[in-house]
Amino acid sequence: MAQANGAQGYEILAREDYSDVTYMLEVAHPMMAKAAKPGQFVIVMEHEHGERIPLTIADFDRERGTITLVIQAVGKTTKEMQAGCKVGTRLFAMVGPMGIPSHIGAAKKVICVGGGLGVAPVYPQARAYKESGAYVIGVVGFRNKDLMFWQDKFAAVCDELIVCTDDGSAGIKGLVTEGIKQAVAKHSDIDEVVAIGPPIMMKGCSEATRAHGIKTMVSLNPVMVDGTGMCGGCRVKVGDQVKFACVDGPDFDGHQVDFDDLMSRLVRYKRAEHDAMERWQESCRIRADKVVDLKTAVLGTEADVPIDLQPSTDG
Amino acid sequence: MATAKKKTIRTIPQERTPMPEQDPQVRARNFEEVACGYRLEDALREAERCLHCPDEPCVRGCPVNIDIPAFIKKISEKHYHGAYEVITDTNLLPSVCGRVCPQENQCEGVCTVGETLEPVAIGRLERFVGDMAIAEGWENIPYIEPSGYRVGIVGAGPAGMACAADMAKAGCEVIVYEAFHTPGGVLKYGIPDFRLPNDVIDAEIQKLRNLGVRFECNTLVGRLFTIEQMVTEMGFQAVFIGTGAGYPSFMGIPGESLNGVLSANELLTRCNLMRARDFPNFDTPLQPGKHVAVIGAGNTAMDALRVSLRLGAESVHCIYRRSKKEAPARVEEIHHAEQEGVDFNWLTSPVEILGDKNNNVRALRCVKMELGEPDDSGRRRPVVVPGSEFEFEADMVVFAIGTNANPILGQTSKLKLNKWGYIATDDNLATSMAGVWAGGDIVTGAATVIQAMGAGRRAARAMKAYLGLRDSDAVYDTGASGSLFGIPREEHGFAQIRVAR
Repeated sequence: MAQANGAQGYEILAREDYSDVTYMLEVAHPMMAKAAKPGQFVIVMEHEHGERIPLTIADFDRERGTITLVIQAVGKTTKEMQAGCKVGTRLFAMVGPMGIPSHIGAAKKVICVGGGLGVAPVYPQARAYKESGAYVIGVVGFRNKDLMFWQDKFAAVCDELIVCTDDGSAGIKGLVTEGIKQAVAKHSDIDEVVAIGPPIMMKGCSEATRAHGIKTMVSLNPVMVDGTGMCGGCRVKVGDQVKFACVDGPDFDGHQVDFDDLMSRLVRYKRAEHDAMERWQESCRIRADKVVDLKTAVLGTEADVPIDLQPSTDG
Repeated sequence: MATAKKKTIRTIPQERTPMPEQDPQVRARNFEEVACGYRLEDALREAERCLHCPDEPCVRGCPVNIDIPAFIKKISEKHYHGAYEVITDTNLLPSVCGRVCPQENQCEGVCTVGETLEPVAIGRLERFVGDMAIAEGWENIPYIEPSGYRVGIVGAGPAGMACAADMAKAGCEVIVYEAFHTPGGVLKYGIPDFRLPNDVIDAEIQKLRNLGVRFECNTLVGRLFTIEQMVTEMGFQAVFIGTGAGYPSFMGIPGESLNGVLSANELLTRCNLMRARDFPNFDTPLQPGKHVAVIGAGNTAMDALRVSLRLGAESVHCIYRRSKKEAPARVEEIHHAEQEGVDFNWLTSPVEILGDKNNNVRALRCVKMELGEPDDSGRRRPVVVPGSEFEFEADMVVFAIGTNANPILGQTSKLKLNKWGYIATDDNLATSMAGVWAGGDIVTGAATVIQAMGAGRRAARAMKAYLGLRDSDAVYDTGASGSLFGIPREEHGFAQIRVAR
């Protein structure tokens, strides 16, 4: 088992930073690596006082027994993890694989669309489609060239790859919907589109394919607590029904999803999250000042050695 | 042994010994326990009220059949450790059950004294004994002969804990899988600290660990591995499923996806388990409401109402479409909520939640109801009073109207489900899969902690029979013949005997 009564937590075996805000963690969990399928997610707690955050499984390696997570530092928890999650440290909790795995059907030709961070979670699906013998067209979009990651990895499982950047610094200039348009224009026989990214991007993709009648699956990321269907915090409107993304999803038919509802519900803890960020950054500043004070006192100079600003995690 | 004078209904203390409580005005703003617990003199006085009637209806009224007159007698004899042993013969969690059991419908509801006076406060006495055991570090750990069997339990809530205790006592290697990061289930995420403090639960869980039970948290059975895998690959000769109901219901009225609308489960989980009430020392946020409306009048609704008060709400409204008489919550809980200042709106039904331009809740529109003709359940059906619409100011609306079956095990196993999606079992709680039992809310739908524990124990009995293990219920008869380590002498050496099926 990954967690006996003694050793608490799940060890981070590798880490890579793709940009100032995007980082990858490879976490040891052999049993989960064995069970994970494309489209599933985990819930992570960095420390005992932390919140439970859902993260889509970006990759899994059954041989090495690892789960790969790609995380964007946007809120307090993800920033704290960016500072604290080093190789050799442990996550307090990681539970999964959660959610219904993506249905890798008999589609012959698919477009796998990843927007920003969404490139990571759509990768296992692209790979699964490739392995099932489908013709895979990858469309990845980033704000600019510097934020790009996994291009090689993605290219290896795609028959075609279209890169889009908002500013045109790489690939075509424009949003991923531009890439979809190109692909649809070139191929008239696309069976399915899989789109993962920010809600506004998934909404755009669903709108782009609706007129063509191409089935479009999206992976939703609402606020969750338990991830087991118990709290209902992740409820989303799909068609005329209310679904829980954690146990009824996270994949849904993009043409049925009420994205406006999703987006409005995503910001419901905005004020609290903002307060938490402010407070955390303040405590980091105080700690940093203290460290500098100490170094100055001892060395008589401002430290030129790297100072570890890792916040304490109480657990 | 025998009391000198025979007690009669006239000689016992007539008034039920009151429970020392925090003042309502004070406690409504803190998370400290409401009921402070009996002191020694309270317990001794209340124990005197038991008539030790030959009929013993209370024992039959208890879902786990605690020998209630026997433990009360031990209290009267000031042999508190003995009282603890009597209770823990059948119930491992006296501190929990003494607090959260609906005694008025169980043991106390059928108490002989209760026919004339107020019934003996059995629950309070049970809690007194349980708390003393925690304070004194008493444990009732029997000599356990390993049986060589491995038992897997899914869900570390009351059903799973009760089943785990019995199977561990029968010598099985017991592993309990829990999806959350900490064991306890509804006791931890659902029931707030002011009714059941977390350290009481932790103390009871530690007792299970001392029996040899292992807890594996962060484990979502069904997805990390399946029930089938537990039986076929993982070497469990018997499996018990006690995952609880989960999947909260909403009403389907307009405005339910507005921000500020949530299930009681979400409110309680954020506040109790994730400690959102200590935000930002804990990271989980909870936008507390100033004016909170809770829909429903069950025990969960009472918890949601009282938690909202403690989170600092200015006004807290309970909205229920029937009258107080039909409310499913315990009388004591409703009484506590009233004392603390909850505004009860009986015969009121919500029809729409209204939002502001930012999609936040601003009000709740309701209609008045009146009771009409009795329906199939015998309860008078509430019907809308025409033209009675009105609005409440509210910035948080909490649904506490029950739960549906959690779908995960249905999605991931071949277990037969009933038409409502709960796991189908026979009378002995055996499921459609050989070697797999289930009990608690995932079988019956939402019920009480003690009913779940009763189901866990019932399943354990069937599992022991299936495995050919002598039932430890007999082992725990600490009768007159003298015992060693809590096990009667004549039972020594029997732990491994397989009874013929």
